Amino acid sequence: MGGPVNPGYTRHHPRWHRRRIPIFWWLEKASYTKFIARELTSLAVGYTALVLMLQVWSLARGPESYDRFVSWLQLRPVVALHIVMLGLLVYHSVTWLSLAPRALVLRFARRRLPGTVVLLMHYAAWLVASAAVLWLLVAG
Amino acid sequence: MRRSREPFLWAMFSGGGMLAALFLPAAILVLWVAAPLGWVDLTVYDTFAGLVRHPVARFGLFGFVSLALFHWAHRFRYTLYDGLQLYHLNDLIAALTYGTATVLCLAAGVILIIL
Repeated sequence: MGGPVNPGYTRHHPRWHRRRIPIFWWLEKASYTKFIARELTSLAVGYTALVLMLQVWSLARGPESYDRFVSWLQLRPVVALHIVMLGLLVYHSVTWLSLAPRALVLRFARRRLPGTVVLLMHYAAWLVASAAVLWLLVAG
Repeated sequence: MRRSREPFLWAMFSGGGMLAALFLPAAILVLWVAAPLGWVDLTVYDTFAGLVRHPVARFGLFGFVSLALFHWAHRFRYTLYDGLQLYHLNDLIAALTYGTATVLCLAAGVILIIL
């Protein structure tokens, strides 16, 4: 053969095969926007992990430091931000658990459990986990 | 990023996503909405510090926070990749997202040890 097999090789599709996609393609359809919103819930998960650790750090540094953290939590804009974060986290939970029947095949007595059953089991787990958290933090 | 690391990263993403879905809404509702608004009283330092200092809580928090951070890193990486069409920056984005998650995991480990 001789010479390079494909001198014009690029890692992705050659430009001339691709339709140019505008950067805000995901605003064109409601279903695309919902997809991007679902993917962006990861920002809420990451933010929460980070700020939970800051809260634990303030605990580690003693009561005064923890009091300062609590007064930061009480600022109205911070409460508003956290209500938005809570909304994103609930959206994450709903979308994540609704994928479970498609990701998980469970069998009982050699037959595949219907998707609704798998979904209800995951919602039951969510309920139990939430009750455990409430019990641990409020009653414990 | 070599192909062979992808299943491990996906497992971290998946585990973090599941734990976050099950536990975070209730935890954030109590800690950052209900408590600051005075609906419940969590301001007693000693009780709360005692709860978090328990070895099970330290390990649990470390596992949870690490998985949640890698969940963010993995998903946000692909959000940038798909949403903003940044194919040519793939390696840089992977280094920044997984790198940030790794550094924050180490910091979380240090905080939970000195606690």
